[in-house]
Amino acid sequence: MTAVLPLDLAMAALLSWLGLGLLGFALGGYQTLACRAVFPLSTMGGLLLAAAGLWASTATPDVLQISGPFPVLPWSFRLDPLSGFFLILLGLLAAAVSVFATGYFRPLPAAALRRLFLQYQGFLLGMGLVLLADNAYTFLVAWEIMAIASYFLVVTEHEEEGSRRAGFLYLLIAHLGALAILLGFAVLAGVQILQGGSFAAMMQAQLSPFWASAAFLLTFFGFGAKAGLLPLHIWLPEAHPAAPAPVSALMSGAMLQTAFYGMLRVDFLFLPQAAEWWGPFVLLVGLASALFAVLFAAAQTDMKRLLAYSSMENMGLIMVAMGLALIFRAHGLNALAALALIAALYHALNHAFFKSLLFLGSGSVLHAAGTVAMDRLGGLIQRMPQTAFFMLVGVLAIAGLPPLNGFVSEWLLLQAFLLAPALPQSTLSAVLPLAASGVVLSAALAAYAMVKFYGISFLGQPRAHLPVHETGRWERSAMGLLAMACVALGLFPGVLIGLLDPVIREMVGQGLGQQGWLWLTPVSAQRASYSPVMFLFGIALALGVAFVLVWWRFGRPLRRAGVWACGFPLRTARMQDSPLGFVEPLLRIFRPVFQLRREALSTAAPRLGLQLGEPVTAYLYRPLAATAAWLSAQMVRLQQGRITVYLLYSFLTLLLLLALLR
Amino acid sequence: MLVSAHIAVWGTSLLKLLAAMLLLIGFAMLAQRRLLTLIHLLAWQGFVLALGTALVALLTGQTELWYSAALSLGLKALLIPAVLHRLLRRLKVRGDVEAVINIPTTLLLGIVLVIFAFSLAAPISALTGTITRGMVGIALAAVLLSFLMMITRRKAISQVVGFLAMDNGLFFAATSATLGMPMIVELGVALDALIGFVILGIFFFQMRETFDSMDLSHLERIREE
Repeated sequence: MTAVLPLDLAMAALLSWLGLGLLGFALGGYQTLACRAVFPLSTMGGLLLAAAGLWASTATPDVLQISGPFPVLPWSFRLDPLSGFFLILLGLLAAAVSVFATGYFRPLPAAALRRLFLQYQGFLLGMGLVLLADNAYTFLVAWEIMAIASYFLVVTEHEEEGSRRAGFLYLLIAHLGALAILLGFAVLAGVQILQGGSFAAMMQAQLSPFWASAAFLLTFFGFGAKAGLLPLHIWLPEAHPAAPAPVSALMSGAMLQTAFYGMLRVDFLFLPQAAEWWGPFVLLVGLASALFAVLFAAAQTDMKRLLAYSSMENMGLIMVAMGLALIFRAHGLNALAALALIAALYHALNHAFFKSLLFLGSGSVLHAAGTVAMDRLGGLIQRMPQTAFFMLVGVLAIAGLPPLNGFVSEWLLLQAFLLAPALPQSTLSAVLPLAASGVVLSAALAAYAMVKFYGISFLGQPRAHLPVHETGRWERSAMGLLAMACVALGLFPGVLIGLLDPVIREMVGQGLGQQGWLWLTPVSAQRASYSPVMFLFGIALALGVAFVLVWWRFGRPLRRAGVWACGFPLRTARMQDSPLGFVEPLLRIFRPVFQLRREALSTAAPRLGLQLGEPVTAYLYRPLAATAAWLSAQMVRLQQGRITVYLLYSFLTLLLLLALLR
Repeated sequence: MLVSAHIAVWGTSLLKLLAAMLLLIGFAMLAQRRLLTLIHLLAWQGFVLALGTALVALLTGQTELWYSAALSLGLKALLIPAVLHRLLRRLKVRGDVEAVINIPTTLLLGIVLVIFAFSLAAPISALTGTITRGMVGIALAAVLLSFLMMITRRKAISQVVGFLAMDNGLFFAATSATLGMPMIVELGVALDALIGFVILGIFFFQMRETFDSMDLSHLERIREE
């Protein structure tokens, strides 16, 4: 008997997901039983997958080939540390989300539930296969499984027109991206693409600088479409809110990261001879996406749309880190490239946890209150205190506050930026600090958006009379697990960085070395170090001392007095900040970006509505669509309806071809 | 089977004559206004084609070409014109063919096409060393003339005639340039022409039932606005 390898374990987990999808389809008639059987088992599958990924970071990569329906196109799989890291991400996220799904999907009618099981497990399976694929053929088939399964999940509520539109937009952009990826792989693999285009062959390919750049651009475009980078992001704020909450969590947390995984594999492993402009290009696109997205995130009034834009912002930050790594690597500074890559990978994992936590939380709000429109919410903290607490952890993490995990990755990214003066090229080292300030701006605006997100919906008074109740046990435990993961990643960054070491070594040939569990010193102890545990200890100590002092000085004897009502004798819910009112300064400052349109909703009561436009749609997609429509209208003129005219067309074509052939 | 030298010389001249006749019939079709005469011309063209094929068979001694000649005679000179004739009587189509462009202009265009065809065929003719040398241009011109006839006529039947005349020209090109296609290809092409003929026949009846006329201008309504 041969020994069990990490790859076998991962394949077993994926097969179990496939089996669970079929089981769910069969059991769908008994909703409670099906949900309680399939989703917890799916959690087990996720944990198994994460274990396989963890194991792979120390084991030697192994390969599996299965002959497919076409003899020249084998299914080919390989598990190396890079795949392993993303498998950990996918496995843990799938585990937590499946726990949530156990409770969340139970009220669905039987027919919808049956379909959902197949689509949900198929989606997980597709993402897993993408990460394990070792040739272009397997990769693209898995990529399409992932895209199609998620398309069906997006249109789960297909009775609604908006859902169908979002699904169509998503499918359209997904196919554009897949096409670009296919072309990119074809450039990378050359003739080998006819044998399935094995990744090993792509690693050995010797490309001329022009073709290398072509492959880079094609794959960046293709993966960027999935990652929601500017200007291909338009599907993202439509599709994420349309999907059910667990699906949004998976799409945002894991699916976007498969695009990042693809970029890493192509740019760092297949194209080691990077041109100098790739790094700045990636960085610029990432930064533009991040700033654009964070502005729009802040302006949204729908909880899930806000989170969708925030996902785009986080992908932008990850791209900034990757661009920085490309810049450092192009100049031979591999140690610094390793630091930037660690920041990117760390942020990817963080984002998977806190963003899925927030999406699941807004799903709970949707189930409890029936809406996620922030101008109807408010004061949820009193009705759903536990959800509110978990959401608070998520919000603090995403806002990048220490000692939670969001801070660690952003700190690492800024550390990498601060080392930019080491670059031999003076222009770049002068411009990079500007980019760093852009990153800081987007982080600050993200915090602002999150204050709005939490403050408007959970604090204050209810803006509408809604029958709100706390969510079920399954949902709360899933959120609790994710919140714990956020705290753990924030408190013990050294552990994860140690785990990332083999991944980084695989990509840039150099790591950061093992970190202690207490202090994080990416470069040297003299330069900068950070200890979240010490920080937490310090904060707790300061708070405790302050509390004791205040209590000791003012607390005794208890003073009772009338509450000062800020001069307002009467307070109503409408006197609170509205979701749009909160961002009014931002709307004013960045007015051209938002394309605001004011309109009076009714003349009887003075209510004004604000409409946000999407500038990319207005200035890029609309003109494109108009041009296409115009060209089509011109083509219609060819259709005369007279046979003699059609014959004339073929006659003239024949004459022309004959004349050309002479 | 050997052919004596002076028969070969006579034969080649005769073949050239037949080719010229094919082209001439093409022009006659282009100039003809009456449908009935058009069908007669088609029959004559089929006959000339059969004769030409038989002559090439005699000159080169390929037995397969004899079958081809017989087939041409049966199908193109007799059967199809007879069926068309019957069709014409059953559909009660009478009167003249209305041309889109007037006849003199059409004939001038035809001359331009013939010159074009010859200039195209010149390099091909220079390459071939067979006895049929120089015939490619004529055949190509016949094809183009038939195409022109299809374009310039309004009645559906004259388009079928044009289609069949094009087929004749193509066959002539094949026999003259390559001394006959393989039998299987020839049969395939003949079958194609026959099927096209059948489809168009059905189409005629449908059209008459719908519009009470064979004028193609009625079809202009069927298009996207």
